[in-house]
Amino acid sequence: MMTVSAVNDMVIRFANVNGTGSASANEMFAKAIFRMGIPVSPKNIFPSNIQGLPTWYEVRVSEQGYLGRRDGVDLLVGVNPQSYAKDIASIKEGGYFVYDSTKKLHPDYVRKGIQYVGIPMMQMCMENYDNPRHQQLFKNIVYVGALVALLDIEIEVIQDIIRAQFSKKEKLIPPNFKALDLGYQYARSHFDCPLHIRLERRDNVGDQIMIDGNTATGLGAIYAGATVAAWYPITPSTSVVKAFETYVKKLRVDPETGKKKYAIVQAEDELAAIGMVIGATWNGARAFTATSGPGVSLMSEFLGLAYFAEIPVVLVNVQRGGPSTGMPTRTQQSDLLSSAYASHGDTKHVLLFPSTPAECFDMSVKAFDLADRLQTPVIMMSDLDLGMNSHMSPPLKWDDERKYDLGKVLNAEELEKIEKYGRYLDVDGDGICYRTIPGTHPTKGSFFTRGTSRDEYARYSEDGDVYQRIVDRLSKKWETAKSAVPVPEVYQEGSRSTQGIIFFGTSSYAALEALDLLKQQGIMLDAMRIKAFPFNSTVEDFIEVHEEVFVIEQNRDKQFRSLLVNELEVSPKKLSPILNYDGTPITADTIMQQIMHHLPASVSVVSSNHKSKTL
Amino acid sequence: MTFVKPAFRHPGLPKNKIGFRKADYEGAISTLCAGCGHDSISGAIIQACYEMAIEPHKIAKLSGIGCSSKTPTYFLGNSHGFNSVHGRMPSIATGANLANRDLIYLGVSGDGDTASIGLGQFCHVLRRNLNMVYIVMNNGCYGLTKGQDSATADFGSMSKEGSVNPFQPIDLVGLSLELGASFVARSFSGDKTQLVPLIKAAMSHPGFALLDILSPCVTFNNNTGSTKSYDYVRDHIEATSVLDFVPEKEEITVDYEEGTSSSVVMHDGSLIQLSKLSPHWNPTNRDSAVNRLQEAKAKGEILTGLLYIDPKSVELHQILDTVEKPLNTLREKDLNPGTSALEKINASFR
Repeated sequence: MMTVSAVNDMVIRFANVNGTGSASANEMFAKAIFRMGIPVSPKNIFPSNIQGLPTWYEVRVSEQGYLGRRDGVDLLVGVNPQSYAKDIASIKEGGYFVYDSTKKLHPDYVRKGIQYVGIPMMQMCMENYDNPRHQQLFKNIVYVGALVALLDIEIEVIQDIIRAQFSKKEKLIPPNFKALDLGYQYARSHFDCPLHIRLERRDNVGDQIMIDGNTATGLGAIYAGATVAAWYPITPSTSVVKAFETYVKKLRVDPETGKKKYAIVQAEDELAAIGMVIGATWNGARAFTATSGPGVSLMSEFLGLAYFAEIPVVLVNVQRGGPSTGMPTRTQQSDLLSSAYASHGDTKHVLLFPSTPAECFDMSVKAFDLADRLQTPVIMMSDLDLGMNSHMSPPLKWDDERKYDLGKVLNAEELEKIEKYGRYLDVDGDGICYRTIPGTHPTKGSFFTRGTSRDEYARYSEDGDVYQRIVDRLSKKWETAKSAVPVPEVYQEGSRSTQGIIFFGTSSYAALEALDLLKQQGIMLDAMRIKAFPFNSTVEDFIEVHEEVFVIEQNRDKQFRSLLVNELEVSPKKLSPILNYDGTPITADTIMQQIMHHLPASVSVVSSNHKSKTL
Repeated sequence: MTFVKPAFRHPGLPKNKIGFRKADYEGAISTLCAGCGHDSISGAIIQACYEMAIEPHKIAKLSGIGCSSKTPTYFLGNSHGFNSVHGRMPSIATGANLANRDLIYLGVSGDGDTASIGLGQFCHVLRRNLNMVYIVMNNGCYGLTKGQDSATADFGSMSKEGSVNPFQPIDLVGLSLELGASFVARSFSGDKTQLVPLIKAAMSHPGFALLDILSPCVTFNNNTGSTKSYDYVRDHIEATSVLDFVPEKEEITVDYEEGTSSSVVMHDGSLIQLSKLSPHWNPTNRDSAVNRLQEAKAKGEILTGLLYIDPKSVELHQILDTVEKPLNTLREKDLNPGTSALEKINASFR
């Protein structure tokens, strides 16, 4: 029988029952590999329900550092008979099926070409633990113990993780160790350990950390000096504000008085959440909210107000599968148009596209500076994959010398020197006017904020010329924004290729791997990772110099391509879509195959030693 | 069209304690219909702020959409204003207040703005006891869209076009008492004597202060059969008490004549002095306020005055336990945990 064989290059999938406590055991497994210095990328593939239904956790191990999702499962730990048929079918030819052999496997589940590793997990737990809940929980640790033996994981690494996890509940450490040992010993005594797929310590993770994007985003908001967070719970954005709360409680409480230098309000809905943000920023505090697609729909009216009245807003959109309630626990990049043009009338908003947790942190900070500088909403376009899954990431970095860019805000002394203050006067010619914060000066600088048309002195006006002057100035501000937002990253090897690739956000993991896979086929393509909307001038240049550009995105309607066509007025024919919208993260294979299918036979084949690219 | 008042005022006009003339509390010329009750309320706000000697820039005035929500343009020209979206002024006020607890927040809304699209936000800002004055200029109709019934129009009330309202009204005062508001009052735009001290007391109250002010719409709802017309209100008004407000800064010399007056001590030492019309009126008893309101409703009376106040009101900043300093004044050194904290955080993710 053929057997998959690899060192430090595999996909392990866990098929569990939602609500049985498997998540922490699975995370422990992924973290152990990370601590062995081997690049690893875990992903939750979970249903939108509370408990009882199938849920999956997938770990990709890649010595070369490919962190996107890869098709094909090398080893599947199946402890949910409900999904056995589907799970067993997902295993690669020659792969392994590790299952609970307490009950004999039904003959329907016997598939030729894969190897069965039966471990009587429940039986061992029944024999060793009295409490039914413990029997259930420790079953997860038993299979981790078995994997330690089967894959040759360093058991001390797992033990360290258990010790750290239960440092405040020390009495739970011995029973966890026991469960680990039960699985480990059983595997060792019944199977040839390790299997043909195995792990070996490496030094390939450097100083990286493993963190989810939402936590990094919440930390970014703290470092950016956000003092007001208003939000309404919605998957997958909820943990952004939860992370903000967790850390701000530790980092932002006055040591003398015990009072908080922040305010967090769980609003009654998304409309109120963004209203509070607008009120707070109008009044000179840094404030933010986090939501997902349906929340952005509800916030749209207020986003239009903030755009027109020129009020800074930071909104984190952790995208999920739409439309409507769509697939709330699956990932997509399908809120691009609804976010870019949220609200009625001629409205557009600055978008940021982070690709890694470190970028979630940096862009979260940047979002506040940009919102204040440009006096407009800035929407950070994360997604479920980036937000809720742990990712290997460069460590979060901060410069203690860094000052917040609060933009053009006049203080009392400055107002004193101004004869006649005009809130919407374009003094500097960049489309950005000077604002004042309520309470600044007794007689100067007050103005009326409104969503209706007004003149340069904030006086209500329905004069067509006045209105046009204001909206044209907003266009000028949009031009200014193009050079203020993060510039794209260009990946080019050697001379220019005739075809190029554009990608953004979480597609980047798979896109960079796909570039390497294509190179192995002898095809080298220039690539650009876009980090913001409006598009910097280099985006136009990149499209201009290539005959054809593949635009990789995770939605059905080619929304990013539409933005490029609409904003840069490039021919749609020049932009070929590469899509994935089944709710799972796009894979390198998908990208490569779609590009190969599309490439003309004339594309030259070159040979090169490939070296993986990193984000 | 922008209306601008002439800046000139007679130099001999009186000034308040902090040197401001009444004109310093005025705004642009009103564009509402002549005789609109809302203009009387604007006048009462100007009077109250002048008498309270509040620095105009220490007030933030916020509103939603509608005739009433236009009024902040017509008072406190030296204050920042925010005319937000329909019914969503409470969330703007909440955010603004969270950012700077030191300003006085004066929210102005209408019955359409508050009782229909804004009902949710109204309930929740009340529930959070945000430190703000929430004025509803209540005329029972939509003036800007030419006179449709609003959710506060009384059952059986007749519109200008002659149609009779078949629905029960939302009573914002009853609702506020039920939801636990810490200051609830109703008044009439034509009763400046009652209105001015009520506004002053509301501004001194630490927490959510509702002022539901009947403010007849002269153009669309001042007809026979309307229960929000000037004539109807004047014929049915019943005041719980005649009140006066004595700020803490003034020497408090109140005549406590047993049985005819009583007073409520506010958190800052200010007094609300009530001269009783109703013999057993106690504005600190929520149950009696609810009962009296129901009685009035049954009799067809419009009960006005300070209906309820909680002298121990705990407002949102106290609930959230935020620092005394306004959050919008905190800067890098107060807010940023720095690289050393971040290194520890990084280490916890290895």
